[in-house]
Amino acid sequence: MNKNLAQKFAPGHSTCAGCGIPAIVRTVLDATADPVVVVNVTGCFEVTSTLYPYTSWKVPYIHSAFENGGATAAGIDGAIKTLRKRGKISKEKRIQVVVFAGDGGTYDIGLQSLSGALERGHDFIYVCYDNEAYMNTGGQRSGATPYGADTETTPAGKMSFGKKEKRKDLMSIVIAHHLKYAAQANAAYLDDLKMKAKKAFEIEGPRFLLVLQPCTNLWKFPTSQYVNIGRLATETNFWPLWEYFDGKYKINWATENPKPLEEFLKTQGRFKHLFKSGGEKIIDEMQKEIDENWGKLVKLVDV
Amino acid sequence: MTYQTDKTNKKALTGGAAAAEALRQINPDVMPVYPITPQTPIIETFAKMVADGEADTEIIDVESEHSAMSAAVGAQAAGTRAMTASSSQGIMLMSEVLPIAAGMRLPILMLVSTRALSAPINIHGDHQDVMFVRDSGWIQIFCENVQEVYDNTFIALRLAEKVRLPAMVIMDGFTTSHSVENLEILENSVVKKFIGEYNPKNYLLDFEDPKTFGPVALPNFYFEFKRAQIEATDGVIGEIGEIFGEYEKISGRNYDVLESYQLDDAEKAIVVAGSTAGTAKVAVDELREQREKVGLLKIKLFRPFPYEQITEALKNVKKIAVFDRTVSLGSIPPLYSEIKNSLFSILNSQFSIQSYIYGLGGREIFKDDIKKVFEDDQKGREIKYIGLK
Repeated sequence: MNKNLAQKFAPGHSTCAGCGIPAIVRTVLDATADPVVVVNVTGCFEVTSTLYPYTSWKVPYIHSAFENGGATAAGIDGAIKTLRKRGKISKEKRIQVVVFAGDGGTYDIGLQSLSGALERGHDFIYVCYDNEAYMNTGGQRSGATPYGADTETTPAGKMSFGKKEKRKDLMSIVIAHHLKYAAQANAAYLDDLKMKAKKAFEIEGPRFLLVLQPCTNLWKFPTSQYVNIGRLATETNFWPLWEYFDGKYKINWATENPKPLEEFLKTQGRFKHLFKSGGEKIIDEMQKEIDENWGKLVKLVDV
Repeated sequence: MTYQTDKTNKKALTGGAAAAEALRQINPDVMPVYPITPQTPIIETFAKMVADGEADTEIIDVESEHSAMSAAVGAQAAGTRAMTASSSQGIMLMSEVLPIAAGMRLPILMLVSTRALSAPINIHGDHQDVMFVRDSGWIQIFCENVQEVYDNTFIALRLAEKVRLPAMVIMDGFTTSHSVENLEILENSVVKKFIGEYNPKNYLLDFEDPKTFGPVALPNFYFEFKRAQIEATDGVIGEIGEIFGEYEKISGRNYDVLESYQLDDAEKAIVVAGSTAGTAKVAVDELREQREKVGLLKIKLFRPFPYEQITEALKNVKKIAVFDRTVSLGSIPPLYSEIKNSLFSILNSQFSIQSYIYGLGGREIFKDDIKKVFEDDQKGREIKYIGLK
């Protein structure tokens, strides 16, 4: 692999074949020349990158618990502020504190910790790699799991079409904290992610990146396909690429003719049950929601 | 409340204010704090000191006690001195992170004002909160009065940093935390010299030699991490004496892991930790006036528990009354249990009994390992390990 990309996160980790997390992490970390401290919460990425006595990390790294990414970053930010105030590190030296957390550690159990850290205005970047379920524990639904998805805890069956609730609108929750920069990105569009990460690193205070991470295990697709499926997520408007900066919204990728959502759904085992009789209704509902959300986003950009 | 009693070094302060005064002199790097119900007066007193420019600590007003301890872990790992204060439900909420702080060997200092646990909710003083987390890997030092709160804050900090383990300085809720008592304060420069600078060997902000904190350790390594931690914890008792000695030189106050009061010729003794020791001393004095041979053993260091010192202190006492301001539901109370354990070694027991720790972190145990224990002479260490590499 490209040696430059492995300067901060080495090869030899044990993520699954076809997992996009390392690409997300390398792309983000590669977007700054400042010294970086990585905070990671319990999850796939933590267990696959720090198996003692080995570590994939060539930059300072800390993992503490599942729900405390925001608070751990806050403590490090406090330490940096004190050291700077007391002249122990140079006032000019920018240190980047970057949290990597999955959707379970962000949307659900870690939401309070994230909210507190955003509200207090700590100087950190929070990157959520969103694979839309608890994958380190084998695929249970999270607040990020889409409507209709088959997971271990929302199994499809004779009496069930999968998850009955819509996903949480995390971007709106985050933006409601009055932070300066938040962006939605996708592991299948690394140039776009890099542009967003670069922008985020230049800003002070809390910054947030929500990155779609197609998971071969939960979503059930061949390991060679994560980029194609990630692209379909955006091409169907299931996962638009957009950013919020200082009160303004911008869509980074759009087409006049988005593909029908069905094209994204049919590539994945988690939606397989929707293609049997009775599933059309659920797919219609999902398509309707996607169209509505896109309409809302376009309106925000127009404003 | 706080006011100067004379022009020298005496003040009248509550336990909470004395803790805040000690914090002002330490000037911690980072203090993540949260006002859980019940709240302690420590953090607001200290926050005002920072607001008035008497300290320049980075106070982080976190959104929960879980985050208070999590942020303390982040700040201490970063290489700075992190401290917080808590009690009762707050300690319950941070209890997930307490063993993480200890397991990462981060010498965080926490001032605790002990309170009852809910339900029913109560807010008043007892020791259920600190006893609940007694196995979390933290050093626990109980204080009888406001002077001890002040003194133990410095002693605990030195000790924690020496052995690389977190420490709680424990005062009784309301009885000590909110009651005004006289105490002697040290000069700022004396405190500064005593605590020194914090220069950890391994820290997160070391960009030249980056470290991974908090890795995964599976059954092939986890047990050895814990063994190292057990030994560090046991090592506290060997290290604390020197620190007490140094502290006596600067303060004139002589401390030990326990305090024997009228115990030399005592036939009967009370064993107690915390502020009730003060009341019990008065009771002992009155009984002594009636020529009753009674005494008192005050427990200061509860974790690690100083078994040998306690056995020695109680070996000639015939009747022992152990006071617990807590319950251990479904078991016997913790201090009583520990005192009984301490005395076992001098009882003429018909039993030979040995402790074996096995299987930590999923380490395998086999039939032959189990059979082999009966070949053990059960001499040497009280705790032995099965399956350790």
